[in-house]
Amino acid sequence: MCLAIPAEVVELLPEQMARVSLDGVSKVVSVALVEGVAVGDYVVVHVGFALTRIDPDEAKQTLALLAEMGQSAEAAR
Amino acid sequence: MKYVDEYRDGKVARQIAAAIAQAADPSRSYHFMEFCGGHTHAISRYGLEDLLPSNVRMVHGPGCPVCVLPVGRIDMAIRLAQRPEVTLCTYGDLMRVPGSHGTSLLRAKAAGADIRMVYSTLDAVAIAEAEPTREVVFFAIGFETTTPPTALAIKLAAAKRLSNFSVFCNHVLTPPAIRGILEHPDLAGQPGPRLDGFIGPAHVSAVIGADAFAEFARDFAKPVVVAGFEPLDVMQSILMLVQQVNDGRHVVENQYIRAVTPEGNRIAQAEVAAIFELRDSFEWRGFGRVPASGLQLREAYAAFDAERRFAMAEISAADNPACDCGAILRGIKRPTDCKLFGTLCTPETPMGSCMVSSEGACAAHWTYGRFRDHARRAVA
Ligand code: SF4
Repeated sequence: MCLAIPAEVVELLPEQMARVSLDGVSKVVSVALVEGVAVGDYVVVHVGFALTRIDPDEAKQTLALLAEMGQSAEAAR
Repeated sequence: MKYVDEYRDGKVARQIAAAIAQAADPSRSYHFMEFCGGHTHAISRYGLEDLLPSNVRMVHGPGCPVCVLPVGRIDMAIRLAQRPEVTLCTYGDLMRVPGSHGTSLLRAKAAGADIRMVYSTLDAVAIAEAEPTREVVFFAIGFETTTPPTALAIKLAAAKRLSNFSVFCNHVLTPPAIRGILEHPDLAGQPGPRLDGFIGPAHVSAVIGADAFAEFARDFAKPVVVAGFEPLDVMQSILMLVQQVNDGRHVVENQYIRAVTPEGNRIAQAEVAAIFELRDSFEWRGFGRVPASGLQLREAYAAFDAERRFAMAEISAADNPACDCGAILRGIKRPTDCKLFGTLCTPETPMGSCMVSSEGACAAHWTYGRFRDHARRAVA
């Protein structure tokens, strides 16, 4: 029950709610726990609440590091 | 799906596996506990264990809130739901958890109790608002991720002056459980798991911050790597753990930097602190009573506390003696060590809690791991 998924914020609604899109499926969730959410942000949604924002730069860095790790393992073979 | 698919690339996973095999010292073995059921699920689902060298082993931890809720608390919820004036709202996962004597919320519902599944705490508040003649109780469970939503529901109910909404609080904390595993490895006289490090929870850390695990790295000399839930996240974290062990280091490292900061989500922390306070101790399945490991509503919110409102008596009930959930939750046994696994106990007919939620060790192994066992046996 702790599985939570990244969803894109597509519309801000009154009372700290927002419409998010999960792979095309739209859902209304609370964004009361995350400061300054904007349309286009990706948030991690869990039991109807956004818990944290996904930082796009950090996400890119992790991917770059993963790719690098893979390549250096390959090169060492 | 963005921020999901990129972290599931099978080719990169195999490359990282090769890097782990290179890094792992063949003269030693590595045992890492993944605390979170979300990681257990990813490891089973993507067969990550098959990618690891034989001297790197994963030990499943207690990090599934459904799994660690003791039988007595389920019995208490069922008893509450049987009161004619009560509507009990709960997350779907809890419906099939076995209580004493083969009961469950699902059976109680079939027998006429008003039990409703909700997706969010806000749905429970909406039911209370729409049905003022019912006593609407939200059966709250979960770690630090699900607690802020419960806190906000109570705050909202208070703002709306709802007098028919309350919460049966079963929220528990992650760090005391890790401490419990490390400090009392031989509870019940059994040898504890050998652990060389932890994969730290993903979304729990998004709320409480990666720094919350620094005490374990420091006091117990165990490396901790906070990891995301996708397969590449887990593989990278295992490599980071192997490297820490090799270097003789033991610090908290954060692999899941895209969602987790050192200090966590301050808004969520403040909401929780405003509504909840520590209980002296709370019972966990498999662990017994763990000091300062659970939350209760503060005095100021006593009116919203179902335990007080309905004078709910504490029930302590024994686990099914044939079920090994307790030992599995503490990392001492594996699902296949249980006599009931796959015979009497399956996801359709769960005998223990680890078979109920998809993040439970038994359910994860049943769904993804048992075919591998067959293949292994066929080869052997
Ligand atoms: S197989 Fe079923 S009975 Fe055995 S430990 Fe797992 S959940 Fe408990």
